[in-house]
Amino acid sequence: MTRNMGALVDITKCIGCESCVVACRLYNGLEPGQDEEYGTARDGNAELAPNKWTVVRSCRTEKNGKQIRRFVKQQCFHCLEPACASACFAKALQKTPAGPVVYNEKLCVGCRYCMIACPFGILRFEWDKPFPRVLKCQMCLGRVTDGQMPACAAACPTGAITFGDRDKMVEEAKNRLAANPDLYTGQIYGLKDAGGTSWLYISDAPFEQLGFRTDVPQKPIPEYTWQVLRWTPFIFVGWGALLTGMYLYTKRRAGVHEEEEMYAAVDDDDGK
Amino acid sequence: MRKKKCTLPLMMMTGNKKTFKTGGEVFVQKKHWTFRITGFRLLLILFVLTAVVVSLYRFIFGLGSVTNLNDQWPWGLWIGFDLLCGIALAGGGFSTALIVHVLHKEKYLPIARAALLTSLIGYIIALVSLFLDIGRWYNFWRPFFFWGYHSVLFEVFWCISLYTIVQIMEFGDIFFERVRFPSLKRILHATIPFWLIIGIVLPTLHQSSLGSLYVIAVNRLDPLWWSMLIPFFFVWSAFFLGPAMVTIEGTLAARAYGRVPEMPVFSSLTKVTMWMMIVYLAVKVIDLNYRGVFTQAFNGSLESNMFLIEMIVFVLLPIVMYAVPSIRNKLWGVFTASVLVVAGVVFNRMNVVFTGMAKSAGGHYFPTEWEILITIGMWSALILIYCFVVENFPILPKEDLVSHESGMASGQTVNI
Repeated sequence: MTRNMGALVDITKCIGCESCVVACRLYNGLEPGQDEEYGTARDGNAELAPNKWTVVRSCRTEKNGKQIRRFVKQQCFHCLEPACASACFAKALQKTPAGPVVYNEKLCVGCRYCMIACPFGILRFEWDKPFPRVLKCQMCLGRVTDGQMPACAAACPTGAITFGDRDKMVEEAKNRLAANPDLYTGQIYGLKDAGGTSWLYISDAPFEQLGFRTDVPQKPIPEYTWQVLRWTPFIFVGWGALLTGMYLYTKRRAGVHEEEEMYAAVDDDDGK
Repeated sequence: MRKKKCTLPLMMMTGNKKTFKTGGEVFVQKKHWTFRITGFRLLLILFVLTAVVVSLYRFIFGLGSVTNLNDQWPWGLWIGFDLLCGIALAGGGFSTALIVHVLHKEKYLPIARAALLTSLIGYIIALVSLFLDIGRWYNFWRPFFFWGYHSVLFEVFWCISLYTIVQIMEFGDIFFERVRFPSLKRILHATIPFWLIIGIVLPTLHQSSLGSLYVIAVNRLDPLWWSMLIPFFFVWSAFFLGPAMVTIEGTLAARAYGRVPEMPVFSSLTKVTMWMMIVYLAVKVIDLNYRGVFTQAFNGSLESNMFLIEMIVFVLLPIVMYAVPSIRNKLWGVFTASVLVVAGVVFNRMNVVFTGMAKSAGGHYFPTEWEILITIGMWSALILIYCFVVENFPILPKEDLVSHESGMASGQTVNI
């Protein structure tokens, strides 16, 4: 059986060095833009981009009356039941058994419905290309299927990113929270959010203050759509049958019209 | 007035006219295709040409070069207005087909073909917009073979494509009245009930699916608009918009071509729209209460104000106007109320795509002049095609028929 992998990010251990960002770029061959600088985590304005699949954002907040600063590594959460993949009508985005949600540009139509669907707003589009792709973290699919950890996790010098079976990561997160209840908030982000994600976060500051979306539903998002879509065949058959019935019933009573005699092309020449 | 239909006319070309004999009677029909060029039409043609140039530029240099779309606002004017509103406004096609051809309410027959025509052109325009908007357009056929059936867009894509074909079939029945091709015409005519029924089922599905598209935006779309019932609201409003759209088109066409508007048809159609809007409003209120967000409509935020405008100006007001006989029986009254209904549906779609998404999307989007030019070009093309078809194919009812059947309305002048 394929192992379902996951990652645990411990925000208390991140120092904002951006080694993960560099490693991601090197492994995935993402060229930096011309006027782009590293170290943007210092300013807190780092944004995901087509050529930047992970960033480290800096957040200033307060804890116990003291100003604190935390670094948050951001990338695709790799939902267990991804909304983006369910939204794709060409199967260009798919959840692989090992965990990564991957994009296949050969199938992509470029409709960007996945971008509307993603509850975290992660996907990026190559707006300036004639044949643009939708890009995001692929969780280093090649490395992960080879049993290695993603480039970012391997590069982390402080142990802020732990990688392994998702179940083990959940266990590890719970152990850390239990071992240090005064430090952590007690929440695991990604445990139930969007029905659960492959990337999990623990933190000593509330997640909403660190720029996490806390309005994400706790059940898998594709379920909402499916609740509506599953009626489609029944509506198709039922509504069709009802219409046919009404058609036949009312037809008997209707007069016979010679439609051809009713209409004519507008004679515009003497219309005005 | 009613004559035996000729199934196999003998055609004889005599100069510019076509004469065909049918059981002793001889019809003379205009043969040449006409398209009068006026100043207004020249302007429209100019808009279309501009749009063609801009879209060529877009195909070569990418979406970013002509649009203001961005990662926070992946869908903009073309999807929000040209596609969502265009398809909704084409709802006149399926609601009229249901009323006239399935329920056989024959008094509405005079407007049936015009409704079908506008709907067909609307869908073609929407498909062209979609084609412009998708990034990897050479892959547009993929969903036909890679079945992402768990996506709402999959259903929308299939239904819209199939329905456009169905409408072409329905229109073929009319087309072959002008372009004589008896064998094809007979096959089409015999199968027309099938096309009619499937031509109501498909739009019912995808009009609702256009709403279901936003079910997935459960934490992103404002709760005033997000609802598990959003597919119902979309299909219901597309349906009740139909009669209003037909009224507007009919009035404008009557004015443009110096004809008598089909007033009795218009005012009697208001009943359909009015009752459906009352149901719409009631379900909205119940739904908001059920989800416990009713008070959010009055909290003074931008979203709540836009929602209230939508409900009061564009739903409640037209209901009242339709309910008062002295308003609905006058051309200006039924026309104004219909404009409100149509504007209301556009307003609703805009609220879903833009107002309701603004807070969660962040960032900023306003269409560029290029995006607007393309949209203008699209709608100009719609008007031009409509004029051409109406002037060359039997779409509008014969004049004597209108004035005969709407005798009581002939007091109405066309000076609006």
